[in-house]
Amino acid sequence: MPLSALTGSRVRERRLALGLRQADVAKAAGISAAYLNLIEHGRRRVTGDVLVRLASVLGIEAAELEQGSEGALAEILRAAATAEPEAAAELERIEEFIGRYPGWARLAGGLQRRIGQLEQAVAALNDRIAHDPHLSLSLHEVLSAVSSVRSTAAILAETEDIEPEWRARFHANLHHDSERLATGAEALVAYLDGSDRAETPGAVSPQEEFDDWLAARGWHLPELEQPGGEVDLSPLASAAARALAAVWVARMRADVVALPLNRLESALAECGPDPVLIGARSGAGVLVAMRRLALRLGSGLGLVIADAAGALVFRKPVPGFVPPRFGAACALWPLFEALARPMLPVLAEIEMAGRRRARFAARAWGEASWPAGFGGAEVRQAAMLLSPVPDATGPVRRVGATCRICPEPACPARREAPIVSEATGLRG
Amino acid sequence: MLIEDEPNIAEAIRFLLNRDGWQVTTLGDGGVAEAEVRARRPDLVILDLMLPGRSGLEILQALRADPATAALPVMMLTAKGQGRDREAAERAGANLFMAKPFSNTEFVAAARSLLGTG
Repeated sequence: MPLSALTGSRVRERRLALGLRQADVAKAAGISAAYLNLIEHGRRRVTGDVLVRLASVLGIEAAELEQGSEGALAEILRAAATAEPEAAAELERIEEFIGRYPGWARLAGGLQRRIGQLEQAVAALNDRIAHDPHLSLSLHEVLSAVSSVRSTAAILAETEDIEPEWRARFHANLHHDSERLATGAEALVAYLDGSDRAETPGAVSPQEEFDDWLAARGWHLPELEQPGGEVDLSPLASAAARALAAVWVARMRADVVALPLNRLESALAECGPDPVLIGARSGAGVLVAMRRLALRLGSGLGLVIADAAGALVFRKPVPGFVPPRFGAACALWPLFEALARPMLPVLAEIEMAGRRRARFAARAWGEASWPAGFGGAEVRQAAMLLSPVPDATGPVRRVGATCRICPEPACPARREAPIVSEATGLRG
Repeated sequence: MLIEDEPNIAEAIRFLLNRDGWQVTTLGDGGVAEAEVRARRPDLVILDLMLPGRSGLEILQALRADPATAALPVMMLTAKGQGRDREAAERAGANLFMAKPFSNTEFVAAARSLLGTG
């Protein structure tokens, strides 16, 4: 049993880092403020259910509260050892390593994390250069204009007896092509200017920067629960991430209007955490109910939202379920059934492939909308809400996060070989 | 016969070849190119790789598949950076490649060399 004093101080540190009040956290975790105070000061042991609820309120893994960041560090070092099997790292002595050389262990973990980020960034850049239709189109445009200018100019320069009407024609062509060149070159410069703007070291895309910001806020924006409340977006470094956040804030503001906290709470008490019922009861709609359920203070529910192309446009992880940051998600997620069959509630119990085998009740719902009315484009969106199911034993669907990190041996929907394998038997 | 969708390039090539004593027919669309080649039976086809309607590569493959046009000299116009397409056109049986932007003298010399008059 870890020292409860340390666990308590981790709870306190995390709460203060999120800027949350003791009373609010206690209420969300279903304990009294006085009890939380005792826990935070190490006078009460915190275990089991209370620990899990506190962790979920604080948006952190229970293991991390219990064991500190060492648990997370061990996890990433294990991943590093799996990636470099030739090194024959002494996995059975991983705790000893972290204990004896904490600084070196943190350094190795940090490097492993950095390698992952850089690999993804390199893959994304390669992909961009090889397949970017915008880039190749701009280049082709410029090259065509250059060809025409070169041939035409050479004709004008080298043909001494050129007829006046031809000369006039070629002059006009030159003029036209030079305009095309100017436009094409401008487009290229604008494109290249925009793509090398690494404003935030570490985070490689605006979407990630936005994700990190919202995660640090505990996935909840209390300012918006009051009318007229403003959210400070200045902690976001890049303009693109601030733009994403502004769109999100506007959506959350509209969600609060459609389903205010008191109505959400009474609907919850009346129908339980079923977004279809809450959406119908409140008149707010299912997607609004799903977002409100997952993003209220202390919610322990995970939420992913996909657009019609299956791209994840919003990712709130829960312990045991971490949606991929890059690339496509697992094709077996109930989310994609809901995307294909709008207005049909999809309920499935899922188990995440991997060592933890976390289980969730997944509720997915998809909707289509026509923002431009008749004749306009159909915009489809689906969301999946995940509630942890601690001791389920019933039939279950095995899914992963994304193929590359999914060890499921016989998956019918696999599209890419995994870089991990369940058979490695890696246990600290 | 010149099959090229950029009107200004087509005009320049047409002028150059006319001056060199050729009769030039130009086409701006890949879709009708194959039928036109069959109907007009040109001595040489100059074919742009990227065309609207049908790509130069597809037209070349169709011409090479037919015994009547299999031996027709074909010069492909490519843009720099189309390495992969160029390899495919080479396999499909293009006689010569001219990369844009090209020099006029080289272009005329290349056209002559394909008819053995260079």
